[in-house]
Amino acid sequence: MGQVAAAPVGYTVKSEPHYTLYHPRWYRRRMSVWWWLHNRAYTFFVLREITSIFVAFASLLYLWQVRALLQGPQAYEGFLARLKTPLFLTLDTVALLFVLFHAITWFNLTPKAMVVRMGGRRVPDWAIIGVNYAAWIVLSGAVAFALLRG
Amino acid sequence: MLKRITPLLWLLFSAGGTVAAFFLPIHLLLTGLAFPLGWLEAPPYESLHRLLMHPVTRLYLLVLISLPLFHWAHRFRYTLYDGLQLKHLTVLIAVLCYGTALAGTAMAAYLLWTIP
Repeated sequence: MGQVAAAPVGYTVKSEPHYTLYHPRWYRRRMSVWWWLHNRAYTFFVLREITSIFVAFASLLYLWQVRALLQGPQAYEGFLARLKTPLFLTLDTVALLFVLFHAITWFNLTPKAMVVRMGGRRVPDWAIIGVNYAAWIVLSGAVAFALLRG
Repeated sequence: MLKRITPLLWLLFSAGGTVAAFFLPIHLLLTGLAFPLGWLEAPPYESLHRLLMHPVTRLYLLVLISLPLFHWAHRFRYTLYDGLQLKHLTVLIAVLCYGTALAGTAMAAYLLWTIP
């Protein structure tokens, strides 16, 4: 319960309320920043949220690689040497685990985000997930082929 | 403004998530681990540089760098709101997140565009 005051004169009601002096102050229990550690489902949720950091890390790694490639052989040597340091090997391992976690949860969610109908019937979830995994293998193979063939 | 472009931001989020899911694991596995640790022979500079000259590679790299950054921006924005309870900093967080994604995209586009 809180004090409810009428909007002051000249105050336009916004669709997105911001907390103002006149906003009622509800009673709220303070929540710990670590609320998500109490329950496994919440922990998974937060881990999945955190995957985005490593997704960005990977993207920036390729940006850096492109820059090094364009700067010339010497810069590229430097880039490769940097990747061999324990710091980057550790970062890349952790990033790979998180990115894999992102990929698996992402593919498993596709049938929920995208309902496909064929011949008036709904395509079963496992089929959509299966197509995603098959495409994943094919695309990964294509990338590996392009990189290794040189 | 932020509200009006929200559908676009969600579109970028899911496009970026899909690109990240399909392509980032293999790239990280090869470039981050297999090549530095010598599990596989790393392609020489010349062949990668030649690969980079191809327009399709450049388009691919632009997508590979840009879209996942927007995916990050969108998801991380909400992580900061919920995880660290920073709901009151909405505008600042949005500017920082999408701004970073835009800057990364601009830099990638510039680098890939100016290749002779």
